[in-house]
Amino acid sequence: MALLNERDRREIQAQLKDLIGPVKLVNFTQELACQYCRETELLLKEVQALSDKIGLEVYNFQLDKEKVAQYRVDKIPATIVEGSKDYGIRFYGIPLGYEFASFLAAIKDVSRGGTDLKAETRAALAPIAEPVHLQVFSTPT
Amino acid sequence: MRLAQQLAIESDLITADLVEVTEFPDLAQRYQVRAVPRTIVNETAVIEGALPEAQFVEAVIAATQEK
Repeated sequence: MALLNERDRREIQAQLKDLIGPVKLVNFTQELACQYCRETELLLKEVQALSDKIGLEVYNFQLDKEKVAQYRVDKIPATIVEGSKDYGIRFYGIPLGYEFASFLAAIKDVSRGGTDLKAETRAALAPIAEPVHLQVFSTPT
Repeated sequence: MRLAQQLAIESDLITADLVEVTEFPDLAQRYQVRAVPRTIVNETAVIEGALPEAQFVEAVIAATQEK
């Protein structure tokens, strides 16, 4: 059964129609002992089908060790939203509900390789000299 | 999550994970997540709630300067 209904699909398709560059969704999954892995993969397939600019790669978290290391993924379901490069954006858990909007926004931002952040914000980030890892905890509703 | 991911796009040194608390209760417990959104910066510093852009960036920068 599809996760997105016809109305959702039309709305998302309209939002994705102006994507500029290609976007790659990279999904790490496994068959067992992962409550939302199957649904996450299904959701990503449904979103991918709505734009010819979006590609999808699915890897097995247990078997595809090289990719797990490359993307530094430590839990599943994991979804990386990649544009012309890996910007370091990861969704752990199914990006549905409230966070679906963030997921679509990430797709649009990586597609154009930029954001609407203020010039002051970008200037404030310039002095950062060491890696910064942000973990945002959220719920679907 | 939106701001965190925008920062990740603007800075090669910033990475942004969204973690669904109901699917990762052990992490929610480890980082004492009682309300969302709660942002953990470099495992130690905490930003509570959804802040406006300027305050969020300020909080992230401040967290990176804590040692």
